[in-house]
Amino acid sequence: MENIGLNHFLIISVLLFSMGIFGIITRRNAVMVLMGVELILNAANINFIAFSKYGNFGYNGQVMALFIIILAAAEAAIALAIVLNIYKTFSTVNVDEIDRLKD
Amino acid sequence: MNIYDIIFYLFAAVTVISAFFVVTTRNIVHSAFFLLFTFFGVAGIYVLLGADFVAIVQLIVYVGGILILLIFGVMLTNKITNVQIKTGTMQMLPAAIGVGLFAGFLLSTVVSTDWKTISRHVPLPDAGTIGTLLLQQYVIVFELLGIILLIALLGAASIARR
Repeated sequence: MENIGLNHFLIISVLLFSMGIFGIITRRNAVMVLMGVELILNAANINFIAFSKYGNFGYNGQVMALFIIILAAAEAAIALAIVLNIYKTFSTVNVDEIDRLKD
Repeated sequence: MNIYDIIFYLFAAVTVISAFFVVTTRNIVHSAFFLLFTFFGVAGIYVLLGADFVAIVQLIVYVGGILILLIFGVMLTNKITNVQIKTGTMQMLPAAIGVGLFAGFLLSTVVSTDWKTISRHVPLPDAGTIGTLLLQQYVIVFELLGIILLIALLGAASIARR
């Protein structure tokens, strides 16, 4: 078995990314779609940090990962506020049943 | 197989298996808790990559913040009285085929590409250097992100109250 290298981390990232996409397209609940987005952002973070280590980029990749985490927090807060409003308006958060722009 | 490899495979297994359950379990609350294990596994992988500050931030922000927000979202948007915390799924088979093809393509690309890696340089874990970078080279981005976070949280509060 070969030593742990860049490929191993990239493969984990690919798996996380694919499962995030799978969650986004198969789930009907808007909160579950958000969870898929979080999985994808984590996959991107693993890529940044793995390339930062194995590509000799110093700490730049880690700083980018920090920025992604901050943006993910902002995105989750906004998205949940929108989901709460949608629930108030439509009494459901299933993304396939929300198909009206106005009453 | 040394201890580093064993820990790596442990965290990789935790991450990937719990991510699989996140997207396949029907109960949303179970999904949220599997997401917790995924975030822990990813934090462990960050530590193995020499990024322990990012790992700590991951634990604080994701596990302590985003996951709590998601669980709040689940609780506030489901009728607790008639226990409707299930989520429907749609088009499982086409999605599985498409995502499988996509993942296979990405995996073959990753494995077949001859990545130019420099293995001798292992950056030592050092939060001070990250702080210096944040306040010197990336100071504009850092301040802008602070403003974005403030506006986003204020906006979220005002949207949710309406």
